[in-house]
Amino acid sequence: MNFTLKIWRQKNRQAEGRLVAYPIRDIPPDASFLEMLDVLNQDIVSRNEEPVAFDHDCREGICGSCGLMIKGRAHGPHQGVATCELRMRNFPDGDTIVVEPWRARPFPIIKDLTVDRTAFDRIMQAGGYVSVKTGQAPEANVIPVPKANAEEAMDAAACIGCGACVATCPNGSAMLFVAAKVSQLALLPQGDAERKVRVERMVAQMDAEGFGNCSNTYACEAECPKQISVEHIARLNREYLRAKIQGGP
Amino acid sequence: MRRTTSFLTSSVGRKVIMALSGLFLSSFLVIHLYINLFLFKQDLGHEFDRYAEFMATYPLLRPIEIILFAGFLLHAFIGIWLWLMNRHARPVRYALHKTGQTSELSSRIMWLTGFVIAAFLAVHIKGFFITSRFITPDRSMYDIVAEAFKNPWTDALYVVALFFLGYHLRHGFQSSFQTFGLRHERYRRLIDWVGAIFWLLIPLGFAAMPLYFLWCK
Repeated sequence: MNFTLKIWRQKNRQAEGRLVAYPIRDIPPDASFLEMLDVLNQDIVSRNEEPVAFDHDCREGICGSCGLMIKGRAHGPHQGVATCELRMRNFPDGDTIVVEPWRARPFPIIKDLTVDRTAFDRIMQAGGYVSVKTGQAPEANVIPVPKANAEEAMDAAACIGCGACVATCPNGSAMLFVAAKVSQLALLPQGDAERKVRVERMVAQMDAEGFGNCSNTYACEAECPKQISVEHIARLNREYLRAKIQGGP
Repeated sequence: MRRTTSFLTSSVGRKVIMALSGLFLSSFLVIHLYINLFLFKQDLGHEFDRYAEFMATYPLLRPIEIILFAGFLLHAFIGIWLWLMNRHARPVRYALHKTGQTSELSSRIMWLTGFVIAAFLAVHIKGFFITSRFITPDRSMYDIVAEAFKNPWTDALYVVALFFLGYHLRHGFQSSFQTFGLRHERYRRLIDWVGAIFWLLIPLGFAAMPLYFLWCK
């Protein structure tokens, strides 16, 4: 398959970026999007030019490293997949494919298609954990967890923190990411003790990072590679209201 | 106190204020429509004028009037603030962003539909509220309405503005329940049905009035 790629090239954080066109030929239809970029980079390197920088790690859709805006869609036009799981057969032969980095003020571009997503780490550090004393691991079945809660918590825990929700949101809001983390822990007895302080701190950190305000467009749910539901955002709102109204730790 | 102020300045808090003020303004539409339906009664506006008189003179309604105006200003002010903040959150736009494939248009242009409604309200309040209360307080409300709606341009303005109102409420009404954390499969259909009353039936009911005076009177 042959394509014309239009890729955002930007030397560093400060430099001006622009879209550069690259023709690419003879790509197998079963190649993943990242493998296609590998082929492109091989070609660029052989011409003694600077290869395109992009994030990737596990290449099986579970690490959350990769994430590109492909043809105007986060992780490309296919639903429920990360960029690494996207196959070139999802594009018509001869297609022109625009590839851009995630764009949001809290995700500054480091180089080309790589962005700095440490804002997510700081939100997690603010409250996305359960405080436990170290020691022997307790017997797992001592704490009963209702099946429905376990399932819902697991759905939320599927979030890989890729940032597609922020990238696709017309407002650059991180609500789905934060909601998935808050929801996951609020649904489990282990997370119950810190639920109020957790949601307050995580929302405060999210706001401090400069993410936009959620306006319920639900674009995040449509683009999430793990198809996390906006019902988790409703739960975050509920948790936040409860924390503010009830008060206490 | 610290908790309350941090709530009001947080992104979730701002959403809650938007949702609460939006629902409050929507509830006014129900009362407004109920009284206006008397325009259709074949009594030369007798009953309608009685209600209009009551609304204009009953003293307990004055503070409610002020709260209504304040609610509208609050809704508009926070709406503009949110819109500016959200633009700020993405300083460099995408060359290509297919938002139409992932979200409803109504949810993305709340600022535009809201702005049109605000502009319309200025005309609407000048045309009826200010005219009846201050400019010609002796004329009956029914006569003012009947005369205004004889003009096809006024009618066209009203129908277009009400379309925008319906489109604004199409997103706004259901969205407020998500904001309160009440989105759940169990309530989804109820919210959708009640929502349809607000975004479809109420604007249609209002739009019928100028057309009635244009064509049937």
